[in-house]
Amino acid sequence: MSRVLEMPRPLAAPVDGRRPAHGENRLTAAFLIVALLALFGGTVTGLLQALDHAGVHVPGQGIFVKSYYHSVSLHGVLNVLVWTTFFISGFMPFLMVRSLGRPLASLKLGWFTFWLMIGGLGIAAVPLVTNAATVMFTFYPPLKAHAAFYIGLTLVVVGTWLVTLNMAWTLRSWWSENPGRRTPLAAFMSMVTFAMWTIASLGLAAEMLFMLIPWSLGWISGTDALLARVLFWFTGHPIVYFWLLPAYVSWYTLVPRQAGGRLFSDPLARASFILFLVLSTPLGFHHQFTDPGIHQGWKLVHAFLTFAVFFPSLLTFFNVVASLENGARARGGRGWVAWFAKLPWGDPSVAAQVGAMLTFAFGGIGGLVNASFSMNLLVHNTAWIPGHLHLTVGTAVTLSFMGITYWLVPTLRGRALWSRRMALGQVWLWLIGMVIFSNALHRLGLMGMPRRTQISLAPYLTAEWKALLPLVGIGGMLLFVSAMLYFLNLALTVFASRQACGGEVLFAEALSGADHAPVLFDRWKPWLVLAFVLIALAYGPSLLQLAVTTPFDAPGLRVW
Amino acid sequence: MRKSGTTVYLYELAWILPSIAIPVGMLAALTVTAFGAGMHLPSVAGRVSPTKVAQTAPFDQPGVVQVGPGRYEVRMTSQIWSYAPNEIRVPTGSTVTFIATSKDVVHGLFVPGANVNAMLLPGQITRVTARFDKAGEYPLLCHEYCGIAHHTMWARVIVEPRS
Repeated sequence: MSRVLEMPRPLAAPVDGRRPAHGENRLTAAFLIVALLALFGGTVTGLLQALDHAGVHVPGQGIFVKSYYHSVSLHGVLNVLVWTTFFISGFMPFLMVRSLGRPLASLKLGWFTFWLMIGGLGIAAVPLVTNAATVMFTFYPPLKAHAAFYIGLTLVVVGTWLVTLNMAWTLRSWWSENPGRRTPLAAFMSMVTFAMWTIASLGLAAEMLFMLIPWSLGWISGTDALLARVLFWFTGHPIVYFWLLPAYVSWYTLVPRQAGGRLFSDPLARASFILFLVLSTPLGFHHQFTDPGIHQGWKLVHAFLTFAVFFPSLLTFFNVVASLENGARARGGRGWVAWFAKLPWGDPSVAAQVGAMLTFAFGGIGGLVNASFSMNLLVHNTAWIPGHLHLTVGTAVTLSFMGITYWLVPTLRGRALWSRRMALGQVWLWLIGMVIFSNALHRLGLMGMPRRTQISLAPYLTAEWKALLPLVGIGGMLLFVSAMLYFLNLALTVFASRQACGGEVLFAEALSGADHAPVLFDRWKPWLVLAFVLIALAYGPSLLQLAVTTPFDAPGLRVW
Repeated sequence: MRKSGTTVYLYELAWILPSIAIPVGMLAALTVTAFGAGMHLPSVAGRVSPTKVAQTAPFDQPGVVQVGPGRYEVRMTSQIWSYAPNEIRVPTGSTVTFIATSKDVVHGLFVPGANVNAMLLPGQITRVTARFDKAGEYPLLCHEYCGIAHHTMWARVIVEPRS
C-alpha cells in the first residue's frame, strides 16, 4: 500500500501569474449550484411519475405540475439537459486548470459564459414551468412550444461553445509555455469532451436556428418532423457521450488514485478518447431505425458505426478495471476476483463511482440491443428505453457525478464532508433503488409497455404490466430518499461542517505513462479532420437530400 | 518503469484484439440474422402533405383491403388521439402491410408481439409488413408522446381463426 501511495509526483508547478485557485473555484461552484438545483427539481418530478406508474396519485400535485406530461418534461429537461450541462461546464475547466497547474485563459470569459447560460436557462424556464413547453426534452415538432423555450436552450448551447473556446485558449497558452511536453491526461480528456460536444451540437444548433426558432416566432409557417428529428439525433446521440466522458475522465485520472493505485495505461486512455472524438457523432440514425423517410442502407451504416464506438468503451472498461485492480492489490488484495473486495469501499466517492461502473456494464449491453438493427424493433419507444437511460445517464453518469461532488464540494468549500456514513448509505440506496426501478422498466418494455405514457390511465393497461408497476414506484421512492440524503449531506457540508479540508486535487500516476504514447496522440488536426470526414460520409447524402426536398408544410400544434 | 511499460503493452494487446473481434463478430451476427430472416426496417416510402392527408389516396379511404390471397393492406391515418381505422380484422396467417401517416404531430405504430414498431411522421408515409399467425386480439398503441391524451390513443388488431 505504502509503495503506491508514495508515488504522487507534484503536479506541474504554476507558471508566473495567477495561480489556479480562488477565481476558478468560485466559477466551478457557481455552475455546481445551478446543476444541483436542477437535479433537485428533476428528482421531485421523477418521484411523481414513479408513483403515478404505481397507481398512486399524489394529492395537490396540480399545484406544481399541470399534468403527468408536464412533470415528465420538467424531469427530462432538468436532469439530462440542465444538471449534466451545468455540472460538466463547471467540472471540466476545473480539472483542466488543476491538471495544467495554470489559470483559465480568461476568468472574465468564464463568468460571461456562466451568466449567458443562466440567462438562457431563465428564458427557457418560464415556458417550461408554466406548461407552455410540455414537449419533452426531445421537443419533436410539430409539437410547438413557446419560442422562449427554444431561444433559451440555444443560448445555453452557445454558452457551452464559449467553455470550449476558453479551454482551448487555456490549453494553447500551456503549450506555448511548455514546449515539447505532453498534455496532462486530465486536461487532454477534458478538451476532447468539449471538442466532441462542439462538433456534435451543430445539428441541434441548425435545428434551433433554421427551423424551430423562426417557426415558433411565426416567421415561417411550417416545419418538418423528419428533418428536425435527423438534426436532433445528430446531436442527441453524441450528447450521451458528452454526459459520459466527464465520468470517464474521473474514472481514468482520479479514481485509480482514490483507490490507492495507479492508472494502468495512459496511452490507451488517450487512444479511447481520440476514438470518442472521431466516432461519437456519425451514428445518430440508430435512434431512427423505425422512422420512415431514411433509407434502410444508411440505417445499417449507422448501426455499424455504433458498434465501432463500442470499441473505445471496451478499452475504457479494461483500463479502468485494471487500474482498480492495481489499487486493490496495493491494498493487499489477492486472487483473480477476490481483490475486488479490497477496494476502499468506505470512501463514498469510490463506492459511488465503482457502483456506477458496474451499472454501466449493464447499461452498455442494453445499449447494444437498442443499436442492433433488428432487435431495436422489440424495444423502440417502450419502457425498456427509460430503463436503459436510468442505468446510463441516471446512474453511470449521475452517481459518478455524485461521487465526484463528495470530494469536489469539500475541496471548493474547504470543509470536510459532513457525514461519510450518510454518503455511503446514499450510494447503496441509489444502487438498490435503481436495480429495482430499472429492472422493472426493462421487463415492462419487453412486454410492450410504451414509454412516456401516463400508463395508470391507459385503457390498454394489462394485468401483466399492473403486476410489475408497483416496483417502479418502490424503486423510484428509494431513489428519491437517496437523492434527499445526498442534498442534505451537501447542504450540511457547506453550511455546518467545521472540519477543514485541503484544496488540492490529486491525479493518478500511470503505470504506462504519456511518454509511451505515439506523438500522433497529441495532434489535434488529423483527428478533427477525420471526425468531420466521417460525419460528411455518414450524414452528408441523407442531409443534403432532405435539405433540398423538404417542403416544410407541417403547421404545428399545442396539444397539452 | 520500462519493464512495467512492456508488461502493460502485452496486456493491452491481449485485450485490444478481442475488443475488436467482439464487436465485429456481433455485427456479423446482426447482419446475417437481420437479412437472413428477411427483417426490414421502415425505409423511404414517399411523402404526403400533412394538411392534405384526407384528400390524398390511399388515405382518403382509410380501411383494410385484401390485396391478394392471405395478403392485406391497412391504409391508416393517425391524428390526435385516434387511428382510422381503429379496428382491423384479418384471418390467421395473414400478411398485413400497414401504409400509414400522421395528420398532425408525431405518433407511433406499435403492435407488441407482432414485430410492428414504426414512427408515423406528418409528411412521411410509413410502410411496414408483418405476419399474424396466432389468433387473438393485439393492441395497436401510439408509443410517442403526442399531447395530453396520448395514453388514450390506441386501436386493435383482431386476428380471427380460419373456419
